[in-house]
Amino acid sequence: MTQALEGFLQALTAGLLIGAIYGLMCVGLGLIFGVMRVINFAHGDFMMLGMYAAFYLFTALGIQTTFGNAVGPFVAILLAGPVLAVFGYAVHLALISRVSGTRSSALEGDGHYAQLILTLGIALILQNGGLIVFGSVLASIRTPLSSSAWELGPYFDISVFINKARGIDAIVAFVTMALLTLLITRSRIGKSLRAAADNPTAATYMGIDVDRAHRVAFALGTGITAIAGGLLATNYPFHPFVGVEYVIVMYAGVVLGGMGSIIGAFWGGMTIGLVQQMSTLVLPTQLQNAAIFVVFLLIIFFRPQGFFGRMVERT
Amino acid sequence: MPGLRSLLPVIVFTLLYAALSLSVSNSYYQLVLTLVPVWAVFGLSWNLLSGYTGLISFGHAAFFGIGAYTVALGQIYFDLSPWLLIPVAAMLGGVAGLLIGFPTFRLQGHYFALAMLAYPLAILYVFEWLGFQEITLPIKRDNPIAYMQFGDPRIYTLLALAMMLGTILLTLRIENSRFGMALRAIKQNEAAAEAAGINTLAWKLRAIVLSGAIAGAIGGFYAVVLLVVTPQSVFGMLVSAQALTVAMFGGVGTVWGPVIGSVILIPLAETLNAEAGSFLPGIQGVIFGLAIICVILVAPEGLFWKFRDFWRKRSAPRAAVISGAPDLPLPGLPLTNVVPASPARPRPERSQMAEDVVLEVRNLSRAFGGLKAVRDVGFKLRRNEILGIIGPNGAGKTTVFNLLNGFLLPDQGEILIDGRNMSGRKPHEICEAGIGRTFQIMRPFLRMSISDNVVVGAYIRTRTDAEARQMAAEAVARVGLSDISGRIAGELTTKELRLMELARALAGQPRILLLDETLAGLGHDEANEVVAVIQRLASDGMTIAIIEHTMQAMVRLVDSFLVLDHGAVIVEGEPEVVTRDSRVIEAYLGKKWVAHAPH
Repeated sequence: MTQALEGFLQALTAGLLIGAIYGLMCVGLGLIFGVMRVINFAHGDFMMLGMYAAFYLFTALGIQTTFGNAVGPFVAILLAGPVLAVFGYAVHLALISRVSGTRSSALEGDGHYAQLILTLGIALILQNGGLIVFGSVLASIRTPLSSSAWELGPYFDISVFINKARGIDAIVAFVTMALLTLLITRSRIGKSLRAAADNPTAATYMGIDVDRAHRVAFALGTGITAIAGGLLATNYPFHPFVGVEYVIVMYAGVVLGGMGSIIGAFWGGMTIGLVQQMSTLVLPTQLQNAAIFVVFLLIIFFRPQGFFGRMVERT
Repeated sequence: MPGLRSLLPVIVFTLLYAALSLSVSNSYYQLVLTLVPVWAVFGLSWNLLSGYTGLISFGHAAFFGIGAYTVALGQIYFDLSPWLLIPVAAMLGGVAGLLIGFPTFRLQGHYFALAMLAYPLAILYVFEWLGFQEITLPIKRDNPIAYMQFGDPRIYTLLALAMMLGTILLTLRIENSRFGMALRAIKQNEAAAEAAGINTLAWKLRAIVLSGAIAGAIGGFYAVVLLVVTPQSVFGMLVSAQALTVAMFGGVGTVWGPVIGSVILIPLAETLNAEAGSFLPGIQGVIFGLAIICVILVAPEGLFWKFRDFWRKRSAPRAAVISGAPDLPLPGLPLTNVVPASPARPRPERSQMAEDVVLEVRNLSRAFGGLKAVRDVGFKLRRNEILGIIGPNGAGKTTVFNLLNGFLLPDQGEILIDGRNMSGRKPHEICEAGIGRTFQIMRPFLRMSISDNVVVGAYIRTRTDAEARQMAAEAVARVGLSDISGRIAGELTTKELRLMELARALAGQPRILLLDETLAGLGHDEANEVVAVIQRLASDGMTIAIIEHTMQAMVRLVDSFLVLDHGAVIVEGEPEVVTRDSRVIEAYLGKKWVAHAPH
């Protein structure tokens, strides 16, 4: 009994910790998806780039020697955000903007077909280019914190262990999320993003440069997901093809939360993390991911607008 | 059936390809030659669902993988031959299509696409868990041909080619039939297709079953060719992406798209892999990705459409003469200056109409959250009556129409069509019961010609496609658009679009027409033309309910008014009475104008 409860609490904790990172990851994608309505298949690969950016900033560019092994990784991870944001900005400027935003209305199916194939092409280049540049050896951002834990308890013979690196990851994720929420709700740029998402045509009439808003959203979304990727890398080894594994988790989270809702995407990702970790209590480990998809399907059938979304259509 | 002209390129292409493959002796190149039609068929199966209906599937690997595992496991555990198992794989693919389609078609747009993503991946993990990580098909030395195993790899290519030819012919046949028209109508405006009498769910299910069956069959064949099946290689995301890639690269919504895409991309990818893969792993993926990006930036809708547009432009001067023809009204139908000062026809006597109630609405209510958009609305529509529904913006007029034609489910109330309660039925069923409608915000099938738009509305009443064409032509003539019936809807003026929507509604031979702000956005003369068309319909015996704001036009047109405000009926009666009613004036203009009203 005690053992079962302990197992449950441990899985719950693990789910919450990984869920915070998944949440942040989903927020990055949700921002792009919510504002632009573009299905970006390369987003997992942007995250992979974020992981490598954090890795090289930490090891090769002197952050390890300057800040040490405990703080260093997190400094590198937070710096990877802006690096990837610039990259995302450039990719949108050079490629994505040609088949989305104001240019898409002239295309078949509002340009969805072109967007999909374009982002699939970008994904292919990033994965295989990553293989050439980074090699196929597993990399990871290990810190001494990754292999030590805080113990909560024991209370009534039950103790829960929190991996230190994951604990800090979750805190960083929550803080980043809070800052982003402030940016979106309070700042001028956040308001223009929301306006462009809500009604691009009306936003254009009000003098908002919708294509620029899209570019900012794309850059911001890429940066946020890169940070999430870096946090993930403190505990999970990665390789150039790691993006494919996570892009599905991201979309599941975004849809769960309700398209267009930033905070929703966060809770969506959190749910995915919880489902993934809790399912280990009842299912074999190989079915962990199958469980995610089943929950994902159930939720879109019974609440297709997600937790926080809404659906509107006019005749 | 597709005509000889469209079959000729297919046959020529197949023969040339067969000749090419017979002349290649290198077994690696022969494998590439086999894979081209294999992925072309998979792309065609994707195209059949996603290309024509516009519902993008990210999960076609589900069907492909089911087919591959059916053949592999069937041969290992039951010692059955692929000759038998591939048809079984097709059947299971079709069943999977039905099982997946039925719940998933409730979702739209991006939701559908993303839900489809989940199926093959969920199955993938289940197969891994079941321990089918790597299945090798046993080699049959005694009787290889009975097990589809050939010493000469060229035979595989010919088999694949035969499957491709079959799929192309099937697709061409569908493209030109009411099946294809229904799917294209769904892609361009699903709600309008449903309102025009297309049972959208039934057609989409047919499409996904057929698509799943083709994908299952080709997945089974793929297992036979490669002899090894792993969950990643048949259920993986890259497999689904392959279908999207070849189809979108070549051109979506055409039979040639997936074929072109496959012919170019598969050899390119394989050659790069063979040439460069050894010294620089990954370079083939980079070049492949670059190629896709370059092409899609130049031709965002796929190569086929780019070439077609290019071709059209070259032969444009001739076409321009035809489309530039002035749109004259039909001879013998003086459309302009026809608007009479008094009602165009004698109003039927109340007592005479009283028996013939064709549509009765009782206690109809619908709320959106806390907003009661329609409250307890009831009225009767008598045969050959024109009922004007008026009221300020937001009064619930369009919502009443949406409830009547089944777009919305009423919270309560009855809708009796010829005494039969049709409340809660689907729009296509209500269309079949005899109600046609047009839309305030127009819903044309933008990429189809006027006649194709209208023919979609005619299917509900016809068995053969020829009959539907005939009926559509009559409907187009009734609204006076015969001269320009070949024009694409996207190029039309508002008036022409309004008339086209009217014709589409008429093609289903309705007895009752619901017209939602049919005059909105029209100039004075244009409005008069449309009014004349409506009057002519009425004098032919049509029963009409019309929402309109232009009171001048309405007073001339209608027999009686129904005035809505805040979702409820405030007045009902003849025009002379209603326009003087103080409640109506108050609803429209505010209290202080009531005093100024002539009594």
